Amino acid sequence: MAENGEPVLRLVGVNKSFGPVHVLHDVDFTLRQGEVMALVGDNGAGKSTLIKCIAGIHPIDSGAIEFEGREVKVSGPRDAADLGIEIVYQDLALADNLDIVQNMFLGREQRKGIVLDEDAMEQKARETLARLSVRTVKSVRQQVSSLSGGQRQTVAIAKAALWDSKVVVLDEPTAALGVAQTRQVLDLVRRLADTGHAVVLISHNMNDVFEVADRITTLYLGRVAAEVKRTDVTHGQVVELITGGRSGDLGLAPASAAETI
Amino acid sequence: MSTDIPRLADADFAADRRQLDVRSAVSDYWARVRAGELGAIPAILALAFLFVLFTGLRPDTFLSKGNVANLFTQALPVTILAMGLVFVLLLGEIDLSAGVASGVCGAVMAKLIVESGQPWYVAVIAAIATGVVIGTAIGWLVSVIRIPSFVVTLALFLGLQGITLKLIGKGGTVPVRDDVIVALANKNMPLWLGWTLAVLVSLGYAASQLLRWNRQRRRGLHGKPVQLVAARVLIVAAILLVGTFVLSLDRAPSPLVTLAGIPWGVPLVAVLLIIATFVLDRTAYGRHLYAVGGSAEAARRAGINVTRIRVSVFMIASGMAAVSGIVAASRLNSVATDSGAGNTLLYAVGAAVIGGTSLFGGRGRARDAILGGLVIATIDNGLGLLGMDAYANFLITGGVLLVAAGIDALSRRRRSAAGR
Repeated sequence: MAENGEPVLRLVGVNKSFGPVHVLHDVDFTLRQGEVMALVGDNGAGKSTLIKCIAGIHPIDSGAIEFEGREVKVSGPRDAADLGIEIVYQDLALADNLDIVQNMFLGREQRKGIVLDEDAMEQKARETLARLSVRTVKSVRQQVSSLSGGQRQTVAIAKAALWDSKVVVLDEPTAALGVAQTRQVLDLVRRLADTGHAVVLISHNMNDVFEVADRITTLYLGRVAAEVKRTDVTHGQVVELITGGRSGDLGLAPASAAETI
Repeated sequence: MSTDIPRLADADFAADRRQLDVRSAVSDYWARVRAGELGAIPAILALAFLFVLFTGLRPDTFLSKGNVANLFTQALPVTILAMGLVFVLLLGEIDLSAGVASGVCGAVMAKLIVESGQPWYVAVIAAIATGVVIGTAIGWLVSVIRIPSFVVTLALFLGLQGITLKLIGKGGTVPVRDDVIVALANKNMPLWLGWTLAVLVSLGYAASQLLRWNRQRRRGLHGKPVQLVAARVLIVAAILLVGTFVLSLDRAPSPLVTLAGIPWGVPLVAVLLIIATFVLDRTAYGRHLYAVGGSAEAARRAGINVTRIRVSVFMIASGMAAVSGIVAASRLNSVATDSGAGNTLLYAVGAAVIGGTSLFGGRGRARDAILGGLVIATIDNGLGLLGMDAYANFLITGGVLLVAAGIDALSRRRRSAAGR
């Protein structure tokens, strides 16, 4: 088991093209245990593509993916899950007509023989929710359709934490939420890191990013503009990095920033 | 929607920790009903209403012992067909060809027995295999080629009638005289066997329910209050035992012979019900089925092979249709060119929906087919006793299906309004 702060997942010089469109240019990206890494960038900067490369949905063209120090090939969502990489999508992550326990174990049900082991699943789901201090759920046997947006997102995130996962990727978890619900989800993101996960938070909301992230990686037109500690930068600098690829000394060299425009 | 912490008192798994008493369980149930989760209520109300109505209109014949037994055998084919359709409806798909598929499978069975002299079990296996092949074809067209199931099965609805016609020949019928097949819907179990089975099933159900309750209580899991579990066990046992009693009365019209006992088709349906309920509620496959019906995209992301699930439900539906076709052939002692055509399919869809299965997918249980099948059979039987004209039968049956689908749609709207 890696110590806190040690790299869990490292992408080195990753390139990805879709036909003539070069989407990712020599991207380096490191996730450390116990840290929240915010991944920010404008629309089309390559955030989704980067995540899909990690998730095994898109194969990378060149470069390497290292997991806990050894190079790995992620050639499908199953591979990623086996490594301990879980992706939480913004929507359509849960089946409305199933309850919380059923959703958390969906596709990976525990069984005794051919029979589902409901008791063990219910206990484990509840332990996971309790460990993450999820306190707003009335019953783990509640149908997901009766949950609020924040509670749903909470369940989706807890589902990712259930599997001894090491890396949890959250795709805009607060995009559709109100103030109180956003609060809950951000607290949960923090606890996820505090319980030893490496967390990627994709967000457009600078307040969210500055609230929970330890580090911030900015993508600009498919390149990593900067990877900075949250405490070293201001809102304004990050926004400049997102929109222009550079901010003062930070970011891409003027030439390469300009070249792609 | 915006109040995320509705009742603080109920946060933090409060409902899981609280010792559930009857009162809160009942009020929970009532809240669910008001939010549009009607469950078995419409079917039970409909049954009660129909029994009162037909008893009022035909007091001498409707509740006679012979007619009640007849009601059960009448319900057999439609119930079995509906139970298969529940699987398809759970995915939000439809199989309009299930009725005529049952006709084709019945014809295959009859031809094998009558013309090839095969033993009944070979014929039955061949009929079910035919159903599964038809279902595989439908499933492949729907989930791989991606033709809407409505269109695929409408095409097969026409096409399969042609196959039945070709198999049997114009206007003809194939008589079914095999003892075992005919016994399904026409012979009764010995009285002692009926009682033994009824008692055993009641005890088995009670044991499984109480053991489960005890296990949940010991491990501090979510469960129902013991009074409700006991009440449910008692109701099921009462239905089984009273049913056995009624069917064990001598219903022969003449005092010289005795005619009593449970028709053999009833335990067949019971076995199918137990298997289907087990598969849907207790296996990973069943869980995945509900997940695909609720949100195919969520299921796909959870690593479930959605295509395989889609194909499988059509195989199950058509396989069950074959069983239904065999029972129907047994009841009529023959297979005709129009077997399974006409309103057979609409009856079965109506039965599933009246029982509580949603046409929108994701909601439904195997027992819905039993409840709905009884409602449909009661309507059919009662209208027969009233000697209504054919036009009225069509109007009433169509109306019933529309009402059931309307209740389904309205309760769904109610559910989404209530955030359930």
